[in-house]
Amino acid sequence: MLNYILQTITKSYIMAKMEIVKLLHDPTELITRAVQPILWLGIFGEALSKVRAIPTGDYTYLQFITPGILTQSVVFVAIFYGLSVIWERDTGILQKILVTPTPRLALVWGKMISASVRGLAQAVIIFLFAIILRINLNLTFISVAGVVLIVLLGASFFTGLSMIIASIVKTRERFMGIGQVITLPLFFASNAIYPISIMPEWLQIVAKVNPLSYMVDGLRALIVSGNYSSLPLDIFVLFFATFFISLLSTYMYPKVVI
Amino acid sequence: MLTKNGVKLNSIIKVENLTKKFGDFVALDSVSFDVKKGEIFAFLGPNGAGKSTMIKILITLLSSTDGSGIINGFSLIENPAQVRKSIGYVPQMISVDGALTAYENMMLMASLYDVPRKERQKRIREILVFLKLEKFEKTLVKNFSGGMIRKLEIGQAMLHHPPVLFLDEPTTGLDPIGRQDVWEHLLELRDKFNTTIFFTTHYMEEAEDVSDRIAIMNQGKLAVIGTVSELKKKTKKANATLDDAFIFFTGGELSEDRSNFRDIKRGRAMERKLG
Repeated sequence: MLNYILQTITKSYIMAKMEIVKLLHDPTELITRAVQPILWLGIFGEALSKVRAIPTGDYTYLQFITPGILTQSVVFVAIFYGLSVIWERDTGILQKILVTPTPRLALVWGKMISASVRGLAQAVIIFLFAIILRINLNLTFISVAGVVLIVLLGASFFTGLSMIIASIVKTRERFMGIGQVITLPLFFASNAIYPISIMPEWLQIVAKVNPLSYMVDGLRALIVSGNYSSLPLDIFVLFFATFFISLLSTYMYPKVVI
Repeated sequence: MLTKNGVKLNSIIKVENLTKKFGDFVALDSVSFDVKKGEIFAFLGPNGAGKSTMIKILITLLSSTDGSGIINGFSLIENPAQVRKSIGYVPQMISVDGALTAYENMMLMASLYDVPRKERQKRIREILVFLKLEKFEKTLVKNFSGGMIRKLEIGQAMLHHPPVLFLDEPTTGLDPIGRQDVWEHLLELRDKFNTTIFFTTHYMEEAEDVSDRIAIMNQGKLAVIGTVSELKKKTKKANATLDDAFIFFTGGELSEDRSNFRDIKRGRAMERKLG
């Protein structure tokens, strides 16, 4: 058992390290992925903050949506990350790795960590842009450490979800279709760009079971409000959702080879 | 004779009455054969004859419905972890990562195969020198030729010094120079380390040139097994070629249900990539 856990941790690290090496060989992806959140903050956010249509309490609208946009960009990276499973299966990489003495859980965690690293790179870009836009964020050592934790959990959860979808649909075309279909509803049915309180009642229920809302809520507490009262619940929900989904995708993932 | 778990050590792969069903479809129908240590063993058959299913079972990616298999003294069913340590596998598709260098690709597999940390670098260098790829260790693999990619994949499969290598159509899509280069290295590997090589191919002249023994599958059953000359003799035809034997033992008819669209598409896509 201890051996299995040690194996899982070292192998997850190995798999994630190689993904990072790949990213370092060709970092263009990081730059292209930064375009969308910059547009959301720089155009959508700026425009809506002039209208003052959305009640955001004591904070400016830009402060309010920065955690939402950060969440969105992390989740979008993660939700399409399962595509790599299909790609690895269509080449022979997946089969070859499955034949090595590597715990299945490590394959899932390796992907989760890699997606998290990309998510953290997004966070750095968004924070830099927020500073340029003079959005007042609470960036202390503790809040940044909290952001790292929440991005890690959130990216991991949505990567796991994405791997499960990949294991079921098995082709790129279907995967892309489903990815497109679920990302926007996830984003809109959350507190990312408006508070849950202004939603119709049925949507409030959806928003409350949407893990994305807990991610936004946690990040908002850390970098905007400084009120940590709901933070333990956010972390708790994300942690268990991620734990559960890693087990489920570990079970589903190898089935993709057949 | 030394024995390990009751199996004679000189037969490194032993398959008995292996059966695999997918629903009602019988992909493998009570197949039995054995492969000796150091043998180069060709596993032939038309598309859909059960070759891929057999390889997937032997490399522990798929479980059998019935029957047993033993590799290097370890049971596929009871001890798949030890089987995995005893084998190297080179899939038909390109299985290296083009976005990593040759060295990084090797390092990834060395780590996944638990090669001791201190030895990793040394083994990788040795194998790259053996495969004459040492000049390209820092080159991104996407710039490699088809033959170089295959050699690198074989190198990855050798890192943990497995006694058995499984190669699924190792030369499909390679030009004659690449093909010859790959086989020269495989033969040298066998001669130096007594590595058993189990491979599939659609090129009969290749099977004839390199293999010690050949098995031909047809519709999930083992149609025949033997040396090239034994197979030829069984066709009862003067000056028979291995092509003749293949057609003789598989019925020689094109049938529509044997291959599936996805496999064909993949195979052709790969030929385009490698060629």
